[in-house]
Amino acid sequence: MLLYILKRVFQGFITVWFIATATFFAMHNVPGDPLTNDRAMTETTRANLEAKYGLDEPVSTQYLIFLRNLARGDFGISFVQENREVNDIIREHFPVSAILGVLSVVFAATGGVLFGALTALYRNRLPDYLIMFLVILGISVPSFVVAALSQLSLVSLNTLLGFTVLPVAGWGTVMHMLMPALVLGLSTMAYLTRLMRSSMLEVTSSDYVRTAKSKGVPPTRIFTRHQLRNAILPVVTVLGPAIAAITTGGFVVELVFAIPGLGRYFVEAVQQLDYTVIMGTTVFYGAFLVFMVILVDVVYGFVDPRVSLDA
Amino acid sequence: MNEISASSFEPLSGQQQSQVIARPSLSYWQDAWNRLQTNKRALVSLYIVIGLLLFTLVGPLIWPVDPAMQDIDQISQPPGADRTAIIVPDYEPWFGTPGRPDSGLQLAEKATSQAVRLQWEILDGASGHRVYRNLFPIGPELSYGIPIAEFLNNDTLYFEDRLDLQPGRFYYVVVALDGRGLITDRYQSIPVDIERVTTLVEASERGLIENADSMEIGDEVALALHPLGTDYLGRDLLARLMAGARVSLFIGIGAPFLFVLFGVVYGSFAGFMGGRVDQFMMRFADFVVALPFLLFMILFKIAFGIGPGESGVFPMMVAMVVLLWPATARLVRGQILQIREQGFISAAQLLGASTPYLIMRHMIPNTLGVVLVTVTFAIPSAIFTEAFLSFIGMGVAPPTPSWGSMSNEGIKTMLTTPHELFFPALFISATVLAFNLLGDGLRDALDARMRSAE
Repeated sequence: MLLYILKRVFQGFITVWFIATATFFAMHNVPGDPLTNDRAMTETTRANLEAKYGLDEPVSTQYLIFLRNLARGDFGISFVQENREVNDIIREHFPVSAILGVLSVVFAATGGVLFGALTALYRNRLPDYLIMFLVILGISVPSFVVAALSQLSLVSLNTLLGFTVLPVAGWGTVMHMLMPALVLGLSTMAYLTRLMRSSMLEVTSSDYVRTAKSKGVPPTRIFTRHQLRNAILPVVTVLGPAIAAITTGGFVVELVFAIPGLGRYFVEAVQQLDYTVIMGTTVFYGAFLVFMVILVDVVYGFVDPRVSLDA
Repeated sequence: MNEISASSFEPLSGQQQSQVIARPSLSYWQDAWNRLQTNKRALVSLYIVIGLLLFTLVGPLIWPVDPAMQDIDQISQPPGADRTAIIVPDYEPWFGTPGRPDSGLQLAEKATSQAVRLQWEILDGASGHRVYRNLFPIGPELSYGIPIAEFLNNDTLYFEDRLDLQPGRFYYVVVALDGRGLITDRYQSIPVDIERVTTLVEASERGLIENADSMEIGDEVALALHPLGTDYLGRDLLARLMAGARVSLFIGIGAPFLFVLFGVVYGSFAGFMGGRVDQFMMRFADFVVALPFLLFMILFKIAFGIGPGESGVFPMMVAMVVLLWPATARLVRGQILQIREQGFISAAQLLGASTPYLIMRHMIPNTLGVVLVTVTFAIPSAIFTEAFLSFIGMGVAPPTPSWGSMSNEGIKTMLTTPHELFFPALFISATVLAFNLLGDGLRDALDARMRSAE
């Protein structure tokens, strides 16, 4: 058990190293010079920055400097916003993205499990058709359209009722988070609903459900004790990748709803070609995702007694 | 003993058909095709996909309008908009019409898309005026926006607006300025309906009338037809959707095809080699999977560095291929490992089949079904990725149209001209939906196990 976790964490670190390497060489390939931008830079600043990142040294040395700084947890200083450390930027903006992501995963998971179970219960009846139609919409309409339309309908709703039901954009209170989180989690919710539905249908035709029925277990008890608990397992497995998709997919929602998250910051940094911020954010996100997946795998070992966590 | 002569035998004519109880033999693909045909949703999706391909490939032949051409008479026009223009005399400068009875803000002449001529009397206590133009009626409690004219004395009490005039209803506001040139709360507003006009010279320059002599002032001419309307630069939306379809579907179909192909080669090699090589190759695939996809798509985009005049389609495809092959590779490797242990492979080996023969004849055909389903499901996600990246401005560079970049442009004017967002979004949704349902159908049709399990 412990050995398994240690092994996974070790593999995780190697993966993060790989991500860092890929990031470094991708950024190294960017045409131009990181110190050339619109801002006038004094000779001293320039020399200091060149020395810090070894920009006058060969690539191999730069790479080693990059790795050494990374190992110390130092992502460097923003090239565009002077005197602002990348660590500070991440510390300030990542919690926003993380809260948004967690909330959307909660929405997606509860909605997916609930609707999936409902469709399986009412298979080929009205609720099933209705929910599956919405699921198909959720899968095929692009997120930016959903985001824009939901914002628009919020505006209409607020004007119609004459008071602010939910704020249209911005960040700060729980009310600000609800709509963006729902929009962000929508496609995952649709995906999980489909998964939950087929998994429920599979469980329904299983031997143990038939046995439970034949010995007279009440249907609600079969549903909660046998069907739901077994059908939910595949959903838990895909939660790791789903968290990954949701946290890195937040750009659009953050842009549309004016949320000061890391995703929006990343897009801005790319537009301004802010080398250190781009590299720091990418490596940070990569590491976050890697360890998120490990965490979900370990949790899965506790949830499903059939999975053994031995190395 | 009787002699049996050859003449007492006669050959049977042909092959006598005795009773046969057997279904006609069906190949795997025939069977799958039959099953797909019974799936109505998948079949409809297949027709939609074929329709989209026709739209992309044949469409520009039927509707040969240049997607980059601007029709400056019709900007942001929705489909089915009135597209008549009345011929008026050539423009002549105007400096107010003297001797008109002053009765507040009023039009000096009928408002046309050539010029809107306003006149007003001095507002109470005003020592200057500002003129605003808005799409919605606006009072002093709201902001007026950017003024289109400002007069810091009361000498000029007329204004001629010639700036980017579009047919439709606009609201002109004149606001009084105080002695220091600041706006006060005294204002006057009128709604103005602008009529589209053109001059003889303009109309014949744009090819709207064939013979300038046969037309007179006051006649109506029909402007160019735009079945789906125009965008904010006056470009034909239908032509742009066709050109955008070429880009979106090229990326959406080309990239999945390439990375699935690479995944198949990589995965089957790893699966066939087995042992150390397999382990090493699959560990590398695990690393690539761990890269945060969208971040690296953006990273690759700037790493390639799109020069001026380049569309960025090629870098996007390369980035997708580099990042997305491992899923297919894993899948194919698993399949190959499974097939390798099957009886028919041993049988073929016993019969002396060579390794290339085994791979070509048994391994690859048996994975083809799974691969086909993978490609079908990879297409909608590739189209989404393109649209998503173009939407946040990290994808296909303008002016190259793609459905994503068109949505990006359309969303800015969503409230006033929703059709500019609606059509590209509709095309994205329809394509993604069609490929998803087709993928579902193909999976059910190709996978024998899925037949009973819904």
